[in-house]
Amino acid sequence: MHFEYRVQGGDFVRAGQASSQVKKILKQLNVSPNIIKRVVVALYEGEVNIVAHAFQGKIYVDIDTDKIRVVLDDVGPGIPDIEMAMKPGFSTASPIVREMGFGAGMGLPNIKENTDKMKIASVVGVGTRLEFEVNLKE
Amino acid sequence: MANSEFYHALTILTDVCIGCSHCMRACPTEALRVTNGKAMLISNRCIDCGECYRVCPTHAITVQQDDFSKIFSYKHRIALIPSVLLGQFPKEISHDEVAKALITLGFTSIVEVEDSVEYLIGKLNAYINNAEAKPVISSFCPAIVRLVQVKFPSLVDSIALVRPPLDLTASYIKTNLIHEGVPENDIGIFYITPCAAKIVAVRRPEGEEKSEIDGIINMDFIYNRILREVKHKLPDGGEQRFVSELSPRSYTWALTNGEASCIDGHCLAIDGIWNVIEFLEKVENDEITDIDYLELRACDESCAGGILAPGNRFLAAELIRKNASSVSVWSINKTSEKVARYDSMISGRTALNPLQPRSMLKLDEDMAKAMLKMKRVNQMMCFLPGIDCGVCGAPSCLSLAEDVAQGSASVSQCVFLQKIMEQNKLHPEHSFRIMKRVWGENRFRKDCDKPIRNK
Repeated sequence: MHFEYRVQGGDFVRAGQASSQVKKILKQLNVSPNIIKRVVVALYEGEVNIVAHAFQGKIYVDIDTDKIRVVLDDVGPGIPDIEMAMKPGFSTASPIVREMGFGAGMGLPNIKENTDKMKIASVVGVGTRLEFEVNLKE
Repeated sequence: MANSEFYHALTILTDVCIGCSHCMRACPTEALRVTNGKAMLISNRCIDCGECYRVCPTHAITVQQDDFSKIFSYKHRIALIPSVLLGQFPKEISHDEVAKALITLGFTSIVEVEDSVEYLIGKLNAYINNAEAKPVISSFCPAIVRLVQVKFPSLVDSIALVRPPLDLTASYIKTNLIHEGVPENDIGIFYITPCAAKIVAVRRPEGEEKSEIDGIINMDFIYNRILREVKHKLPDGGEQRFVSELSPRSYTWALTNGEASCIDGHCLAIDGIWNVIEFLEKVENDEITDIDYLELRACDESCAGGILAPGNRFLAAELIRKNASSVSVWSINKTSEKVARYDSMISGRTALNPLQPRSMLKLDEDMAKAMLKMKRVNQMMCFLPGIDCGVCGAPSCLSLAEDVAQGSASVSQCVFLQKIMEQNKLHPEHSFRIMKRVWGENRFRKDCDKPIRNK
């Protein structure tokens, strides 16, 4: 099954809508609560990353009986040093974003921790593609 | 409609129900449908919150209680009264008069539900301190516990596995009396409930084998009986039978902020079932990270707003707060003595067993089958109008689509699709029959006296 969601950069009010939708789908598919939690945490972090850093983005979700695969594609500044961005606590979020309670530098490490496969590709000045997979069977 | 697996205190009286669908629209878990002109309850979705009871214009939804005469099958007949009961009566009627009326009605003693609260506060603070996942969710409101089980299965492990005050107090009274040599069979503990969810919590407890409460009496019922006693029969004067010994914070425990104001750390109190649902969505997404404890109550103004509490919830809550600050016999010494007594009597019996999720949302146990059903639902949603009019007998277009995918409804119940079908092959007679199957014959007859719900 395939689902797509649009994410608007800078719109913190609506950040989390895709995660909520996917959460509902996984509940309906009788996925175990622990796995749903991991998917939702990873997806929410990814969604907030687009809102906080990029201009706009799209989320593609594919679900089969074994796994969920998520691709988050954004048009934005890109990540110059991915290795650095993966370090817990590192963040380039602006002071305004931090004041809103985001930008603690735990986004990417959190995604890695909650997923079974994760890949980032980024071109500075163009955008970032984050892909992750979570196995749906324990 | 109650099947053996899920017991509910709320029952629909089919012969009184007129199938007006108000309950269906009010239900936060979409547990109601209209079929053959009657409301039907989907048992595994109902959490006994009572929102349907509030909006029913014909009082077709009732709350089961025990026959009052059941109290006389016990030698020791204890009325377990919540502070909310005392908040129902006008200022002119003293607590002592209420107690005397209860004794005249047949009880032998009166104990306040919140008696165990000071003991509970210590246990709860220790539990929250040791909890791995925050926020911890209160186990106080049984409708909320069941809401989490059916709608937020991933948060079930966040519910505090600490028995609520009602259960702790009941265990304490029973143990105490047995300790004094009273045979267990002689002890009858009767809880006066402000809501339906507490009844279910007593009859089918979650996280406990069985409740120590022997019977349930609805607050609206006992309110009438007490008032009649007080107004007509109660002799003047006489020895005082009842003085509240609760600490002020125990007294207001069942009100909004009652728990949150006593628990260490960052606590938040939310009342009203829709408010709770909105917030739990955020908690489930891990959007809420810096809160230690959530006091969640299904009713607006918490237990003062219970469906069986007869008074106005705002006035009752105000009166209870006033009463709490005027409790004269309370002292810190007495409180610590009581906590020590609880510790010696029921220590080791304060925990709930782990709770199980029972998701109502899954379309099928089998994921592949669930996916097929979801595809059907999504397909149907392309054709349904999306205005959630409820004319199909389901609360929303999405719920109709899910019912159809589950085989319990037909797409032709949708008036919009009927109009389209009529252009092809559906005979108007047939579409009329379909609507009668949902709303019953009577809905299509002239009726100048139909009950109208004033909003």
